[in-house]
Amino acid sequence: MAAVKETVDRVKAIDVDAYKYGFVTEIESEKAPKGLNEDIVRFISGKKNEPEWMTQWRLDAYRRWLTMREPKWARVDYPPIDFQDLYYYSAPKSAPGPKSLDEVDPELLRTYEKLGIPLREQEILAGVQTSKVAVDAVFDSVSVATTFKEELARAGVIFCPISEAIHAHPELVRRYLGSVVPVTDNFYATLNSAVFSDGSFVYIPPGVRCPMELSTYFRINERNTGQFERTLIIADKGSYVSYLEGCTAPQRDENQLHAAVVELIALDDAEIKYSTVQNWYPGDSEGRGGIYNFVTKRGDCRGPRSKISWTQVETGSAITWKYPSCILRGDESRGEFYSIAISNGRQQVDSGTKMIHLGRNTTSRIISKGISAGRSNNTYRGLVSAHRKATNARNFTNCDSLLIGHDCGAHTVPYIESKNATAVFEHEATTSKISEDQLFYCVQRGLSEEEATALIVNGFVRDVLQQLPMEFAVEAQKLIAISLEGSVG
Amino acid sequence: MLEIRNLAVKLADEDKQIINGLSLTVKNGEVAAIMGPNGSGKSTLSYVVSGKEDYEVTGGDILIDGESVLEMDATERANNGLFLAFQYPIEIPGVATMTFLKAALNAQARARGEKELQTPEFMKRVREAAKKLGIDQDMLKRPLNVGFSGGEKKRMEILQMALLQPKLAILDETDSGLDIDALRIVADGVNALRAPDRAILVITHYQRLLDYIKPDTVHVMARGRIVKTGGPELALELEKHGYRDFVGEAA
Ligand SMILES: Nc1ncnc2c1ncn2[C@@H]1O[C@H](COP(=O)(O)OP(=O)(O)OP(=O)(O)O)[C@@H](O)[C@H]1O
Ligand SMILES: [Mg+2]
Repeated sequence: MAAVKETVDRVKAIDVDAYKYGFVTEIESEKAPKGLNEDIVRFISGKKNEPEWMTQWRLDAYRRWLTMREPKWARVDYPPIDFQDLYYYSAPKSAPGPKSLDEVDPELLRTYEKLGIPLREQEILAGVQTSKVAVDAVFDSVSVATTFKEELARAGVIFCPISEAIHAHPELVRRYLGSVVPVTDNFYATLNSAVFSDGSFVYIPPGVRCPMELSTYFRINERNTGQFERTLIIADKGSYVSYLEGCTAPQRDENQLHAAVVELIALDDAEIKYSTVQNWYPGDSEGRGGIYNFVTKRGDCRGPRSKISWTQVETGSAITWKYPSCILRGDESRGEFYSIAISNGRQQVDSGTKMIHLGRNTTSRIISKGISAGRSNNTYRGLVSAHRKATNARNFTNCDSLLIGHDCGAHTVPYIESKNATAVFEHEATTSKISEDQLFYCVQRGLSEEEATALIVNGFVRDVLQQLPMEFAVEAQKLIAISLEGSVG
Repeated sequence: MLEIRNLAVKLADEDKQIINGLSLTVKNGEVAAIMGPNGSGKSTLSYVVSGKEDYEVTGGDILIDGESVLEMDATERANNGLFLAFQYPIEIPGVATMTFLKAALNAQARARGEKELQTPEFMKRVREAAKKLGIDQDMLKRPLNVGFSGGEKKRMEILQMALLQPKLAILDETDSGLDIDALRIVADGVNALRAPDRAILVITHYQRLLDYIKPDTVHVMARGRIVKTGGPELALELEKHGYRDFVGEAA
């Protein structure tokens, strides 16, 4: 029962008025002046002591951004954003740069403790968590701590804040940054390229299986501050890495902008498994406040037989605009997208994926579970395309939507393009409601209506939950639902 | 003990009366059977007793162990020891049967302030009960009722009943769709539950089941009320002559 109980707590937690992570950390911060112009871009670059090439890269992006327009095609609705009314950089005063853990402000450590993210290695080793997970903690615009760096370094794995990688591994950063999501890609990605503050950098050398799960935990704290993190993961030939990203933000009345870019590169025979548990503040039940989550995530299966798999559990944000995608460039490469998107209150979700088949015998699989409750709107938008050379490309897509209540909406917008006659794309979609009969059956057995709902939702998302790395089961439990299979044997 | 006094029920969002002045008592230790033509309101009665919200009680009262349950919701009634074996058990995709059983058992334990069962003890109980009912262990891993045959679904209802040990059990046509062997197994399951502090109400169309479960009383229901009450011989009489005599009386 513990698990169902926990699930119920989770479902309650996603009730927008019961957001658990809404506390604010009282910590002094240093900010850039409000607004955006070339000086701000230089200010951010200067704060990080960046080399000239990086500053120029940012400035080019900024100039480009000035010529671009906000995309309007998504099924989301929000008042215009005043990009001059935001702070583009904010850092806790005590943490000018990443330090050793002993030096991290205790207030920050407490924040992460409250969020359930252990940063002290000795505690992790003491068995707080059964298996080791290395964490990079990003607080507003800077990374405040990265754990297990030394142990990873012994395996040749580089796991550090991207601000550090720019100094320590410029050749890698220059080669790969912007190579999957070009600076010019889209309005938000271009904005991110100009002002990105921090994020994680991962490099797994050839033939190495990363000895532990890697994770980044993003926390927006400061008011009126945009968060623009940038993640770059490179899996060299024959390597493997599993990576998890978690996010929360305080409860605030105004909306906060989060525009991240994540780039994944898998070379020959490499595999990247990227899991996200996104729980940004969703706003209250009337739609006040909450995060605007405008994110560009893309993986490039650059080498033959490489594989990239996205798994996401999305429960937060006022607005989600997010399409983790795979470019299947290498022959026989494979892309996967597993998604659970829950919307409640006034949340708006427009999310999905793109599977772009360029190489021969490439395969992809999409499993999307959308759950809408309250007065929310939940759209799956997905593109599957086969290039002329993508002989024998295969895709299987399954999109299921579940409606809870009468005032919410679920929409499925699939785009399919094939320029190769041998490509085979399958698409299945269902929309269902939790039926009164199902609920009654469960409550007749003694479950409360909430428990019954949780149990049914649990069943609905089971296929996707099973994709999350075991190591992060705890994290996933915290959020929506768990498969009870494990707890009863 | 179940007491129904002069009950009147209509559909909640329609002006359609389904039960009209129905009275019925099932004492503790008693097994009662209800028989009656299709559409006479038997399932509706079982739903109303269980607290389904599609129906509105417009008159009369339902008491379990002397207490009116009309103000209780379905969860509360279940946790007070009421169990309904559904005529058409519902499928719950993605939820393993074992998971569902554990959720139900623990919900009831918690509601009564009892300790939740530890997983090993729980597994042991389920396995034993399943074995008695001839339910394959593999079925416990499958999503509840999804793709189960008609007979398998009915057995699963009895398994739940055996695990939950209700004070008042209503079985709505649990015998329909069962082969001869399964009928025997289900009847054994019901007989095993017979106890001085339990009341059991069996809704059925066939004498066959009543051969195995010897009811103390038999009620005939027609047009939303009980039109005749008697002993086991009444069922045999119905078998011979059908409902003709009773349907007229009720009108
Ligand atoms: N939710 C509902 N909406 C409309 N009509 C209903 C509803 N529930 C019950 N009825 C009607 O009420 C009457 C009684 O139905 P009920 O299912 O209780 O009969 P029954 O005695 O169980 O029949 P059977 O022997 O066929 O199972 C039927 O005419 C049925 O169509
Ligand atoms: Mg019926």
